Amino acid sequence: MIEILNVCKTYGTGNRALRDINITIQDGEFVFIMGRSGSGKSTLLRLLIKEEEPTSGEIIVNDTDLQDMRRRHIPRYRRRLGMVFQDFRLLKDRNVFENVAFAQRVVGTPQKTIRESVPEMLKLVGLSAKYKSLPQHLSGGEQQRVAIARALINRPEVLLADEPTGNLDHQNAAEIMNLLWDINQRGTTVVVVTHSQEIVEQMGGRVITLERGRIISDEIKDGQSHED
Amino acid sequence: MRISVLWYCLKQGIKNICRNIWFSLASIATISACVFLFCLFFSIIANVQFMVKNMESTVGITVLFEEDLSEADIQALGDVIQERSEVKEMIYVSPKEAWESFQKDYFAGHEELAEGFSEDNPLAGSASYEIHLHDISTQNVLVAYLQGLEGVRQVNYSNMIVAGFGGFNRMISLLSLVIIGVLLLVAMFLISNTISVAAAFRKKESQIMRLIGATNFMIRAPFIVEGVLIGLIGAGIPLAGIYVLYTRSVTYLMEKFQILSGIFMFLPMDAIFPTMIAVAMCLGVGIGFFGSIFTVRKYLRV
Repeated sequence: MIEILNVCKTYGTGNRALRDINITIQDGEFVFIMGRSGSGKSTLLRLLIKEEEPTSGEIIVNDTDLQDMRRRHIPRYRRRLGMVFQDFRLLKDRNVFENVAFAQRVVGTPQKTIRESVPEMLKLVGLSAKYKSLPQHLSGGEQQRVAIARALINRPEVLLADEPTGNLDHQNAAEIMNLLWDINQRGTTVVVVTHSQEIVEQMGGRVITLERGRIISDEIKDGQSHED
Repeated sequence: MRISVLWYCLKQGIKNICRNIWFSLASIATISACVFLFCLFFSIIANVQFMVKNMESTVGITVLFEEDLSEADIQALGDVIQERSEVKEMIYVSPKEAWESFQKDYFAGHEELAEGFSEDNPLAGSASYEIHLHDISTQNVLVAYLQGLEGVRQVNYSNMIVAGFGGFNRMISLLSLVIIGVLLLVAMFLISNTISVAAAFRKKESQIMRLIGATNFMIRAPFIVEGVLIGLIGAGIPLAGIYVLYTRSVTYLMEKFQILSGIFMFLPMDAIFPTMIAVAMCLGVGIGFFGSIFTVRKYLRV
Protein backbone atom coordinates (compact mmCIF):
# COMPACT_ATOMS: atom_id res chain seq x y z
CA MET A 1 0.00 0.00 0.00
CA ILE A 2 1.18 3.51 -0.83
CA GLU A 3 0.24 6.25 1.63
CA ILE A 4 0.97 9.86 0.86
CA LEU A 5 0.04 11.93 3.90
CA ASN A 6 -0.14 15.74 3.97
CA VAL A 7 2.75 16.02 1.57
CA CYS A 8 3.99 19.45 0.48
CA LYS A 9 6.95 20.12 -1.75
CA THR A 10 8.46 23.54 -2.29
CA TYR A 11 11.59 23.83 -4.40
CA GLY A 12 14.47 26.13 -3.52
CA THR A 13 13.25 28.62 -6.10
CA GLY A 14 10.05 29.06 -4.07
CA ASN A 15 7.98 27.06 -6.53
CA ARG A 16 5.29 25.19 -4.55
CA ALA A 17 4.99 21.99 -6.61
CA LEU A 18 2.74 20.05 -4.22
CA ARG A 19 0.36 21.33 -1.54
CA ASP A 20 -1.07 19.10 1.16
CA ILE A 21 -1.40 15.94 -0.91
CA ASN A 22 -3.19 12.94 0.61
CA ILE A 23 -3.42 9.76 -1.44
CA THR A 24 -3.81 6.11 -0.45
CA ILE A 25 -3.25 3.45 -3.10
CA GLN A 26 -4.12 -0.12 -2.18
CA ASP A 27 -2.08 -3.15 -3.25
CA GLY A 28 -3.00 -4.27 -6.76
CA GLU A 29 -4.74 -1.01 -7.71
CA PHE A 30 -4.47 0.65 -11.14
CA VAL A 31 -4.34 4.41 -10.67
CA PHE A 32 -4.05 7.28 -13.12
CA ILE A 33 -2.53 10.54 -11.93
CA MET A 34 -3.67 13.23 -14.32
CA GLY A 35 -2.86 16.85 -14.74
CA ARG A 36 -1.43 19.48 -17.05
CA SER A 37 2.25 20.34 -17.26
CA GLY A 38 3.39 21.89 -14.00
CA SER A 39 0.54 20.38 -11.99
CA GLY A 40 3.00 18.43 -9.81
CA LYS A 41 2.54 14.88 -11.16
CA SER A 42 6.22 14.35 -11.98
CA THR A 43 7.24 15.78 -8.61
CA LEU A 44 4.94 13.24 -7.00
CA LEU A 45 6.68 10.42 -8.88
CA ARG A 46 10.10 11.77 -7.92
CA LEU A 47 9.04 11.76 -4.28
CA LEU A 48 7.85 8.15 -4.62
CA ILE A 49 11.18 6.98 -6.03
CA LYS A 50 12.99 9.09 -3.43
CA GLU A 51 14.75 11.30 -5.90
CA GLU A 52 13.31 14.26 -4.01
CA GLU A 53 12.40 14.77 -0.34
CA PRO A 54 9.03 16.28 0.62
CA THR A 55 9.19 19.62 2.39
CA SER A 56 6.63 18.28 4.85
CA GLY A 57 4.36 15.27 5.21
CA GLU A 58 4.95 11.55 5.06
CA ILE A 59 5.18 8.89 2.36
CA ILE A 60 4.84 5.23 3.31
CA VAL A 61 5.31 2.51 0.68
CA ASN A 62 4.44 -1.01 1.82
CA ASP A 63 5.14 -0.16 5.46
CA THR A 64 8.41 1.60 4.65
CA ASP A 65 8.46 5.22 5.76
CA LEU A 66 10.57 7.00 3.15
CA GLN A 67 11.40 9.77 5.60
CA ASP A 68 13.32 7.41 7.88
CA MET A 69 15.09 5.65 5.07
CA ARG A 70 18.87 5.88 5.11
CA ARG A 71 20.67 6.83 1.94
CA ARG A 72 22.34 3.46 1.61
CA HIS A 73 18.95 1.72 1.69
CA ILE A 74 17.57 3.68 -1.27
CA PRO A 75 18.85 1.26 -3.97
CA ARG A 76 17.20 -1.71 -2.24
CA TYR A 77 13.95 0.28 -1.97
CA ARG A 78 14.05 1.24 -5.66
CA ARG A 79 14.31 -2.43 -6.60
CA ARG A 80 10.80 -2.79 -5.20
CA LEU A 81 9.57 -0.28 -7.77
CA GLY A 82 9.56 -0.51 -11.54
CA MET A 83 9.93 2.69 -13.57
CA VAL A 84 8.77 3.37 -17.13
CA PHE A 85 9.46 6.68 -18.86
CA GLN A 86 8.07 8.59 -21.81
CA ASP A 87 11.47 8.49 -23.58
CA PHE A 88 11.97 4.74 -22.86
CA ARG A 89 15.55 5.28 -21.63
CA LEU A 90 16.97 2.21 -23.34
CA LEU A 91 20.66 1.59 -23.95
CA LYS A 92 21.22 1.93 -27.67
CA ASP A 93 24.41 -0.11 -27.75
CA ARG A 94 22.69 -3.20 -26.32
CA ASN A 95 20.08 -5.45 -27.83
CA VAL A 96 16.64 -6.11 -26.41
CA PHE A 97 17.79 -9.08 -24.34
CA GLU A 98 20.70 -7.13 -22.85
CA ASN A 99 18.53 -4.10 -22.09
CA VAL A 100 16.18 -6.24 -20.04
CA ALA A 101 19.01 -8.29 -18.51
CA PHE A 102 20.75 -5.01 -17.56
CA ALA A 103 18.26 -4.46 -14.73
CA GLN A 104 19.19 -7.83 -13.27
CA ARG A 105 22.91 -7.58 -13.88
CA VAL A 106 23.24 -4.30 -11.98
CA VAL A 107 21.59 -5.77 -8.92
CA GLY A 108 23.87 -8.81 -9.02
CA THR A 109 21.43 -11.48 -10.24
CA PRO A 110 23.21 -14.72 -11.18
CA GLN A 111 23.68 -15.35 -14.88
CA LYS A 112 21.65 -18.58 -14.73
CA THR A 113 18.60 -16.72 -13.39
CA ILE A 114 19.01 -14.01 -16.04
CA ARG A 115 19.07 -16.62 -18.81
CA GLU A 116 15.78 -18.01 -17.53
CA SER A 117 13.88 -14.88 -16.56
CA VAL A 118 14.61 -12.56 -19.50
CA PRO A 119 13.02 -14.79 -22.20
CA GLU A 120 10.00 -15.25 -19.91
CA MET A 121 9.63 -11.48 -19.55
CA LEU A 122 10.09 -10.89 -23.28
CA LYS A 123 7.36 -13.42 -23.92
CA LEU A 124 5.06 -11.54 -21.53
CA VAL A 125 5.55 -8.26 -23.41
CA GLY A 126 5.37 -9.99 -26.80
CA LEU A 127 8.94 -9.41 -27.95
CA SER A 128 10.37 -12.95 -27.90
CA ALA A 129 11.15 -12.83 -31.60
CA LYS A 130 13.05 -9.54 -31.37
CA TYR A 131 15.42 -10.32 -28.51
CA LYS A 132 18.47 -9.69 -30.70
CA SER A 133 17.28 -6.35 -32.14
CA LEU A 134 18.80 -3.06 -31.15
CA PRO A 135 16.34 -0.50 -29.71
CA GLN A 136 16.76 1.89 -32.64
CA HIS A 137 15.49 -0.83 -34.97
CA LEU A 138 12.21 -1.14 -33.05
CA SER A 139 9.03 0.92 -33.25
CA GLY A 140 8.16 3.30 -30.39
CA GLY A 141 5.62 0.84 -29.02
CA GLU A 142 8.13 -1.99 -29.08
CA GLN A 143 10.74 0.15 -27.36
CA GLN A 144 8.26 0.94 -24.61
CA ARG A 145 7.57 -2.80 -24.25
CA VAL A 146 11.27 -3.38 -23.73
CA ALA A 147 11.26 -0.63 -21.08
CA ILE A 148 8.29 -2.28 -19.37
CA ALA A 149 10.00 -5.67 -19.47
CA ARG A 150 13.08 -4.09 -17.89
CA ALA A 151 10.94 -2.44 -15.20
CA LEU A 152 9.25 -5.74 -14.37
CA ILE A 153 12.18 -8.13 -14.54
CA ASN A 154 13.04 -7.71 -10.85
CA ARG A 155 9.40 -8.42 -9.88
CA PRO A 156 8.58 -5.02 -8.35
CA GLU A 157 5.62 -4.51 -6.05
CA VAL A 158 4.70 -1.25 -7.77
CA LEU A 159 5.07 -0.12 -11.38
CA LEU A 160 5.35 3.65 -11.86
CA ALA A 161 4.86 4.86 -15.43
CA ASP A 162 5.63 8.48 -16.28
CA GLU A 163 3.74 9.41 -19.48
CA PRO A 164 4.34 5.92 -20.95
CA THR A 165 2.37 6.72 -24.11
CA GLY A 166 3.62 10.27 -24.58
CA ASN A 167 5.80 9.37 -27.57
CA LEU A 168 3.46 6.85 -29.16
CA ASP A 169 0.73 6.93 -31.78
CA HIS A 170 -2.83 6.02 -30.89
CA GLN A 171 -2.53 2.33 -31.82
CA ASN A 172 0.74 1.77 -29.93
CA ALA A 173 -0.51 3.79 -26.96
CA ALA A 174 -3.57 1.56 -26.68
CA GLU A 175 -1.40 -1.57 -26.84
CA ILE A 176 0.92 -0.30 -24.12
CA MET A 177 -2.03 0.60 -21.88
CA ASN A 178 -3.46 -2.88 -22.42
CA LEU A 179 -0.11 -4.38 -21.47
CA LEU A 180 -0.02 -2.30 -18.29
CA TRP A 181 -3.56 -3.43 -17.54
CA ASP A 182 -2.53 -7.09 -17.96
CA ILE A 183 0.41 -6.55 -15.64
CA ASN A 184 -1.93 -5.05 -13.07
CA GLN A 185 -4.22 -8.06 -13.39
CA ARG A 186 -1.27 -10.25 -12.40
CA GLY A 187 -1.11 -8.44 -9.05
CA THR A 188 1.30 -5.53 -9.56
CA THR A 189 0.15 -2.11 -8.38
CA VAL A 190 0.33 0.25 -11.38
CA VAL A 191 0.50 4.05 -11.15
CA VAL A 192 0.35 5.84 -14.49
CA VAL A 193 1.09 9.54 -14.73
CA THR A 194 -0.44 11.05 -17.86
CA HIS A 195 -1.93 14.21 -19.25
CA SER A 196 -3.90 12.30 -21.91
CA GLN A 197 -7.63 12.59 -21.28
CA GLU A 198 -8.22 10.22 -24.17
CA ILE A 199 -6.31 7.33 -22.55
CA VAL A 200 -7.99 7.83 -19.22
CA GLU A 201 -11.42 7.84 -20.82
CA GLN A 202 -10.62 4.74 -22.79
CA MET A 203 -9.14 2.77 -19.85
CA GLY A 204 -11.22 4.08 -16.96
CA GLY A 205 -10.48 3.21 -13.32
CA ARG A 206 -9.28 5.40 -10.48
CA VAL A 207 -8.19 8.82 -11.66
CA ILE A 208 -6.53 11.37 -9.38
CA THR A 209 -6.37 14.82 -10.95
CA LEU A 210 -3.82 17.40 -9.86
CA GLU A 211 -3.88 21.10 -10.58
CA ARG A 212 -1.24 23.58 -9.40
CA GLY A 213 0.02 21.09 -6.85
CA ARG A 214 -3.38 20.26 -5.33
CA ILE A 215 -5.68 17.26 -5.77
CA ILE A 216 -8.84 18.53 -7.40
CA SER A 217 -10.50 15.15 -7.86
CA ASP A 218 -10.03 11.48 -6.95
CA GLU A 219 -12.73 9.40 -8.64
CA ILE A 220 -13.50 6.11 -10.36
CA LYS A 221 -14.27 6.53 -14.05
CA ASP A 222 -15.87 4.04 -16.40
CA GLY A 223 -13.67 3.04 -19.31
CA GLN A 224 -14.43 1.88 -22.82
CA SER A 225 -12.08 -1.08 -23.04
CA HIS A 226 -11.81 -2.20 -19.40
CA GLU A 227 -14.34 -2.14 -16.61
CA ASP A 228 -13.03 -2.03 -13.05
CA MET B 1 30.32 -10.34 -3.56
CA ARG B 2 29.02 -12.47 -6.39
CA ILE B 3 31.33 -13.55 -9.18
CA SER B 4 28.78 -12.21 -11.68
CA VAL B 5 29.08 -8.73 -10.13
CA LEU B 6 32.87 -8.83 -10.28
CA TRP B 7 32.74 -10.05 -13.86
CA TYR B 8 30.23 -7.32 -14.78
CA CYS B 9 32.43 -4.58 -13.28
CA LEU B 10 35.55 -5.94 -14.99
CA LYS B 11 33.81 -6.19 -18.35
CA GLN B 12 32.40 -2.68 -18.11
CA GLY B 13 35.79 -1.33 -17.03
CA ILE B 14 37.45 -2.87 -20.09
CA LYS B 15 34.65 -1.54 -22.31
CA ASN B 16 35.17 1.95 -20.87
CA ILE B 17 38.87 1.80 -21.74
CA CYS B 18 38.09 0.74 -25.30
CA ARG B 19 35.40 3.39 -25.74
CA ASN B 20 37.76 6.21 -24.78
CA ILE B 21 40.89 4.62 -26.14
CA TRP B 22 42.82 7.86 -26.76
CA PHE B 23 42.17 9.26 -23.31
CA SER B 24 43.03 5.87 -21.84
CA LEU B 25 46.28 5.70 -23.82
CA ALA B 26 47.24 9.21 -22.68
CA SER B 27 46.64 8.17 -19.07
CA ILE B 28 48.59 4.94 -19.52
CA ALA B 29 51.49 6.88 -21.10
CA THR B 30 51.64 9.36 -18.23
CA ILE B 31 51.51 6.67 -15.57
CA SER B 32 54.14 4.73 -17.52
CA ALA B 33 56.41 7.78 -17.58
CA CYS B 34 55.89 8.29 -13.86
CA VAL B 35 56.57 4.65 -13.00
CA PHE B 36 59.50 4.44 -15.42
CA LEU B 37 61.21 7.41 -13.80
CA PHE B 38 60.49 5.98 -10.39
CA CYS B 39 62.07 2.64 -11.41
CA LEU B 40 65.05 4.40 -12.96
CA PHE B 41 65.75 6.49 -9.89
CA PHE B 42 65.02 3.54 -7.64
CA SER B 43 67.68 1.50 -9.47
CA ILE B 44 70.22 4.33 -9.30
CA ILE B 45 69.58 5.08 -5.63
CA ALA B 46 69.61 1.39 -4.67
CA ASN B 47 72.90 0.89 -6.48
CA VAL B 48 74.52 4.02 -5.09
CA GLN B 49 73.46 2.99 -1.59
CA PHE B 50 74.81 -0.48 -2.25
CA MET B 51 78.13 0.97 -3.36
CA VAL B 52 78.26 3.31 -0.38
CA LYS B 53 77.48 0.44 2.00
CA ASN B 54 80.13 -1.58 0.26
CA MET B 55 82.57 1.23 0.75
CA GLU B 56 81.66 1.61 4.37
CA SER B 57 82.76 -1.96 4.92
CA THR B 58 85.88 -1.76 2.77
CA VAL B 59 87.02 1.86 2.86
CA GLY B 60 88.16 2.98 6.28
CA ILE B 61 90.01 5.74 8.07
CA THR B 62 93.57 5.03 9.07
CA VAL B 63 94.91 6.88 12.11
CA LEU B 64 98.66 7.05 12.55
CA PHE B 65 100.27 8.23 15.79
CA GLU B 66 103.34 10.22 16.78
CA GLU B 67 106.43 7.99 16.79
CA ASP B 68 107.34 8.74 20.40
CA LEU B 69 103.94 7.49 21.67
CA SER B 70 104.09 4.27 23.65
CA GLU B 71 101.81 1.35 22.82
CA ALA B 72 99.92 1.98 26.07
CA ASP B 73 99.28 5.60 25.06
CA ILE B 74 98.07 4.44 21.67
CA GLN B 75 95.73 1.91 23.30
CA ALA B 76 94.40 4.68 25.59
CA LEU B 77 93.74 6.92 22.59
CA GLY B 78 92.10 3.95 20.87
CA ASP B 79 89.70 3.58 23.79
CA VAL B 80 88.75 7.26 23.48
CA ILE B 81 88.14 6.93 19.73
CA GLN B 82 86.10 3.76 20.22
CA GLU B 83 83.66 5.76 22.33
CA ARG B 84 82.62 7.84 19.30
CA SER B 85 79.14 7.05 17.93
CA GLU B 86 80.33 7.16 14.31
CA VAL B 87 82.69 4.22 14.86
CA LYS B 88 81.42 0.82 13.83
CA GLU B 89 84.63 -1.16 14.38
CA MET B 90 88.27 -0.49 14.98
CA ILE B 91 91.22 -2.70 14.18
CA TYR B 92 94.56 -2.08 15.81
CA VAL B 93 97.45 -2.64 13.41
CA SER B 94 100.72 -3.00 15.30
CA PRO B 95 104.02 -1.95 13.62
CA LYS B 96 104.84 -5.66 13.20
CA GLU B 97 101.53 -6.36 11.44
CA ALA B 98 101.98 -3.28 9.32
CA TRP B 99 105.42 -4.46 8.21
CA GLU B 100 104.14 -7.97 7.49
CA SER B 101 101.31 -6.60 5.41
CA PHE B 102 103.70 -4.29 3.56
CA GLN B 103 106.01 -7.18 2.78
CA LYS B 104 103.11 -9.19 1.42
CA ASP B 105 101.98 -6.36 -0.82
CA TYR B 106 105.30 -5.16 -2.14
CA PHE B 107 107.78 -8.02 -1.91
CA ALA B 108 105.54 -10.81 -3.09
CA GLY B 109 107.77 -13.24 -5.03
CA HIS B 110 110.90 -11.32 -4.03
CA GLU B 111 110.94 -12.05 -0.30
CA GLU B 112 114.75 -11.95 -0.30
CA LEU B 113 114.65 -8.19 -0.79
CA ALA B 114 113.02 -7.78 2.62
CA GLU B 115 115.59 -9.92 4.38
CA GLY B 116 117.86 -6.92 4.90
CA PHE B 117 115.28 -5.53 7.32
CA SER B 118 114.87 -8.76 9.26
CA GLU B 119 116.26 -7.31 12.48
CA ASP B 120 114.95 -3.82 11.98
CA ASN B 121 111.28 -2.88 11.37
CA PRO B 122 111.29 0.16 9.08
CA LEU B 123 107.64 0.76 10.10
CA ALA B 124 108.40 0.78 13.82
CA GLY B 125 106.56 4.04 14.33
CA SER B 126 103.56 3.03 12.20
CA ALA B 127 101.13 1.65 14.77
CA SER B 128 97.69 2.56 13.53
CA TYR B 129 93.98 2.06 13.89
CA GLU B 130 91.83 1.15 10.92
CA ILE B 131 88.37 2.58 11.58
CA HIS B 132 85.17 1.57 9.84
CA LEU B 133 82.06 3.71 10.12
CA HIS B 134 78.37 3.02 10.60
CA ASP B 135 77.53 5.71 8.06
CA ILE B 136 80.10 6.96 5.60
CA SER B 137 78.49 10.39 5.50
CA THR B 138 79.78 11.02 9.06
CA GLN B 139 83.36 10.54 7.92
CA ASN B 140 84.25 14.23 7.75
CA VAL B 141 83.07 14.85 11.32
CA LEU B 142 85.14 11.98 12.65
CA VAL B 143 88.20 12.93 10.58
CA ALA B 144 88.08 16.48 11.98
CA TYR B 145 87.84 15.05 15.49
CA LEU B 146 90.73 12.65 14.94
CA GLN B 147 92.93 15.37 13.44
CA GLY B 148 92.36 17.44 16.57
CA LEU B 149 93.47 14.67 18.92
CA GLU B 150 96.85 15.10 20.57
CA GLY B 151 99.26 12.33 19.59
CA VAL B 152 97.69 11.76 16.18
CA ARG B 153 100.25 12.26 13.42
CA GLN B 154 98.22 11.58 10.35
CA VAL B 155 94.68 10.64 9.33
CA ASN B 156 94.27 8.90 5.97
CA TYR B 157 90.85 8.81 4.36
CA SER B 158 89.21 9.00 0.98
CA ASN B 159 87.43 12.31 0.96
CA MET B 160 86.48 12.51 -2.69
CA ILE B 161 84.61 9.23 -2.87
CA VAL B 162 82.54 9.96 0.19
CA ALA B 163 81.67 13.48 -0.79
CA GLY B 164 80.97 12.42 -4.36
CA PHE B 165 78.66 9.54 -3.53
CA GLY B 166 76.92 11.30 -0.66
CA GLY B 167 76.19 14.37 -2.79
CA PHE B 168 75.18 12.33 -5.81
CA ASN B 169 72.78 10.25 -3.75
CA ARG B 170 71.17 13.32 -2.22
CA MET B 171 70.85 15.05 -5.59
CA ILE B 172 69.30 11.98 -7.24
CA SER B 173 66.85 11.52 -4.35
CA LEU B 174 65.76 15.14 -4.50
CA LEU B 175 65.51 15.21 -8.27
CA SER B 176 63.52 11.98 -8.38
CA LEU B 177 61.15 13.23 -5.69
CA VAL B 178 60.44 16.44 -7.60
CA ILE B 179 60.01 14.77 -11.00
CA ILE B 180 57.90 11.91 -9.65
CA GLY B 181 55.80 14.39 -7.69
CA VAL B 182 55.06 16.47 -10.79
CA LEU B 183 54.36 13.38 -12.89
CA LEU B 184 52.12 12.00 -10.16
CA LEU B 185 50.01 15.15 -10.29
CA VAL B 186 49.85 15.08 -14.09
CA ALA B 187 48.92 11.38 -14.04
CA MET B 188 46.20 11.97 -11.44
CA PHE B 189 44.80 14.84 -13.48
CA LEU B 190 44.82 12.82 -16.70
CA ILE B 191 43.22 9.77 -15.17
CA SER B 192 40.60 11.95 -13.55
CA ASN B 193 39.93 13.47 -16.95
CA THR B 194 39.65 10.03 -18.57
CA ILE B 195 37.20 8.87 -15.92
CA SER B 196 35.17 12.09 -16.25
CA VAL B 197 34.85 11.49 -19.99
CA ALA B 198 33.81 7.88 -19.37
CA ALA B 199 31.31 9.02 -16.73
CA ALA B 200 29.85 11.62 -19.10
CA PHE B 201 29.68 9.02 -21.86
CA ARG B 202 27.79 6.65 -19.60
CA LYS B 203 25.69 9.27 -17.84
CA LYS B 204 22.43 7.91 -19.21
CA GLU B 205 23.37 4.38 -18.24
CA SER B 206 24.30 5.51 -14.72
CA GLN B 207 20.96 7.33 -14.39
CA ILE B 208 19.08 4.21 -15.45
CA MET B 209 21.14 2.13 -13.02
CA ARG B 210 20.26 4.52 -10.22
CA LEU B 211 16.55 4.24 -10.94
CA ILE B 212 16.66 0.47 -11.28
CA GLY B 213 18.16 0.21 -7.81
CA ALA B 214 21.86 -0.27 -8.44
CA THR B 215 24.01 0.56 -5.45
CA ASN B 216 26.65 3.27 -5.50
CA PHE B 217 29.20 0.48 -5.63
CA MET B 218 27.70 -1.03 -8.78
CA ILE B 219 27.50 2.36 -10.48
CA ARG B 220 31.01 3.42 -9.55
CA ALA B 221 32.90 0.12 -9.64
CA PRO B 222 33.32 -0.07 -13.46
CA PHE B 223 34.99 3.35 -13.45
CA ILE B 224 37.28 2.39 -10.59
CA VAL B 225 38.11 -0.87 -12.38
CA GLU B 226 38.91 1.24 -15.44
CA GLY B 227 41.28 3.42 -13.40
CA VAL B 228 42.94 0.44 -11.76
CA LEU B 229 43.39 -1.35 -15.10
CA ILE B 230 44.93 1.77 -16.63
CA GLY B 231 47.24 1.96 -13.60
CA LEU B 232 48.18 -1.71 -13.92
CA ILE B 233 49.01 -1.41 -17.61
CA GLY B 234 50.78 1.89 -16.94
CA ALA B 235 52.98 0.17 -14.34
CA GLY B 236 53.51 -3.08 -16.25
CA ILE B 237 54.98 -1.50 -19.39
CA PRO B 238 57.83 0.43 -17.69
CA LEU B 239 58.60 -2.51 -15.40
CA ALA B 240 59.19 -4.71 -18.42
CA GLY B 241 61.26 -1.92 -20.02
CA ILE B 242 63.35 -1.37 -16.91
CA TYR B 243 64.01 -5.10 -16.57
CA VAL B 244 65.51 -5.28 -20.05
CA LEU B 245 67.29 -1.93 -19.77
CA TYR B 246 68.84 -2.68 -16.38
CA THR B 247 70.14 -6.15 -17.15
CA ARG B 248 71.62 -5.01 -20.46
CA SER B 249 73.13 -1.82 -19.00
CA VAL B 250 74.77 -3.66 -16.10
CA THR B 251 76.23 -6.28 -18.42
CA TYR B 252 77.50 -3.55 -20.76
CA LEU B 253 79.04 -1.44 -17.97
CA MET B 254 80.70 -4.43 -16.34
CA GLU B 255 82.22 -5.45 -19.64
CA LYS B 256 83.33 -1.97 -20.72
CA PHE B 257 84.59 -0.71 -17.37
CA GLN B 258 86.09 -3.80 -15.79
CA ILE B 259 88.85 -1.65 -14.36
CA LEU B 260 86.35 0.10 -12.10
CA SER B 261 84.72 -3.10 -10.91
CA GLY B 262 86.21 -2.56 -7.45
CA ILE B 263 84.24 0.66 -6.98
CA PHE B 264 81.22 0.16 -9.19
CA MET B 265 79.54 -2.98 -8.01
CA PHE B 266 75.98 -3.29 -9.26
CA LEU B 267 73.14 -5.02 -7.55
CA PRO B 268 71.78 -8.03 -9.46
CA MET B 269 68.30 -7.48 -10.92
CA ASP B 270 66.85 -10.16 -8.63
CA ALA B 271 67.90 -8.11 -5.61
CA ILE B 272 65.94 -5.00 -6.54
CA PHE B 273 63.20 -6.24 -8.88
CA PRO B 274 60.75 -7.71 -6.30
CA THR B 275 60.69 -4.45 -4.30
CA MET B 276 60.56 -2.42 -7.51
CA ILE B 277 57.57 -4.43 -8.81
CA ALA B 278 55.71 -4.06 -5.53
CA VAL B 279 56.27 -0.31 -5.25
CA ALA B 280 55.70 0.38 -8.97
CA MET B 281 52.46 -1.61 -8.96
CA CYS B 282 51.28 0.20 -5.83
CA LEU B 283 52.18 3.49 -7.51
CA GLY B 284 50.37 2.66 -10.77
CA VAL B 285 47.33 1.08 -9.17
CA GLY B 286 47.27 3.81 -6.51
CA ILE B 287 47.20 6.58 -9.13
CA GLY B 288 44.45 4.74 -11.02
CA PHE B 289 42.42 3.94 -7.94
CA PHE B 290 42.57 7.31 -6.22
CA GLY B 291 42.34 9.28 -9.47
CA SER B 292 39.14 7.44 -10.39
CA ILE B 293 37.58 7.26 -6.95
CA PHE B 294 37.79 11.02 -6.43
CA THR B 295 36.25 11.60 -9.85
CA VAL B 296 33.36 9.14 -9.53
CA ARG B 297 32.53 10.38 -6.05
CA LYS B 298 32.15 13.82 -7.60
CA TYR B 299 30.13 12.78 -10.65
CA LEU B 300 28.09 9.73 -9.69
CA ARG B 301 25.81 9.85 -6.70
CA VAL B 302 22.70 7.83 -5.83
